[in-house]
Amino acid sequence: MIKDYLLEEKLPLFWCAGCGNGIVLQAILRNIDKRGFTRENTVITTGIGCWGKADDYVTTNSFHGTHGRALPFSTGIKLANPSLNVFTLMGDGDGITIGGNHLIHAARRNVDLVAIMVNNLNYGMTGGQYSGTTPKHAITKTSPYGHVENGFDVCKVVQAAGAPFVARGTVYDVVQLDKLISKAIDHKGFSFVEVISPCPTHFGRSNKLGDAPKMMQWIKDNTISQEKAAGMTRDELQGKFVTGIFEEREQEDYSTAYQKVIDSLRGGENE
Amino acid sequence: MKTITINEKWCKKCGICAAFCPKKVFDRDEDGRPVAARPEDCIGCRLCEMRCPDFAVTVEG
Repeated sequence: MIKDYLLEEKLPLFWCAGCGNGIVLQAILRNIDKRGFTRENTVITTGIGCWGKADDYVTTNSFHGTHGRALPFSTGIKLANPSLNVFTLMGDGDGITIGGNHLIHAARRNVDLVAIMVNNLNYGMTGGQYSGTTPKHAITKTSPYGHVENGFDVCKVVQAAGAPFVARGTVYDVVQLDKLISKAIDHKGFSFVEVISPCPTHFGRSNKLGDAPKMMQWIKDNTISQEKAAGMTRDELQGKFVTGIFEEREQEDYSTAYQKVIDSLRGGENE
Repeated sequence: MKTITINEKWCKKCGICAAFCPKKVFDRDEDGRPVAARPEDCIGCRLCEMRCPDFAVTVEG
């Protein structure tokens, strides 16, 4: 039962009405439950931000770290005990903006963990300031006349950094999201899933996108599969959310490679 | 017939379950709270449960 992994006495969730975080948390717990992972062999690490509160609601092991640093903590946990199932939850402010450097290096090292970045296109917890993924022209508290910068295509960044599994889904298409998280768990190595999610309180309100259902509809209307996106120009794809699996290949993970070094220095005495 | 339960303590009345139900099973009362008004139309797709941001919807049967 999914509720075995949910710390029910902590509910209702802290997040605003219509925030997508709970949808992603449910999808993660559903997949953990499906595999029968135990509380003891699973660790959920978080950083700071709205999504960083997720560890408050789980019965598995958890670690609430500092802003942008969920991945370094996860890396340490995985290296100390490679048998653990490690899930790292980051927001766009936490994961790619404050913690962007950690993200690219964890991807490069190919640490065997599942990294799930909820991208709500702004810093929700601190009041709706722009983040590294806020799209050009979007209104936020710190770009009241329209954002002049371009937002990161986070999946491309993580792909370029060397992650062997990279995908993007949305909280609207929750069936696809379930599959992407499932594949990420089954993939050995650094498995990254970006989830486009609504922040009706800040991003939605600032950009006049309406209430929670209207914002879900907005995400749906602006989502394009990577197959369709392949025939579109960069300009046409501006402001669109391209979904699918962008990278899926076998590559030796960090712990396996490190163990080989240990074994070779021991002169094969443990073989 | 499916049994649709809404945990009123957890529900924040966001309206996502009602807006995206493919069979329009839900109504919303004057406070915006979802009510499973036509459970006989439910096909058990469980999209309302999966899309609920608050673990508040359960579909059984």
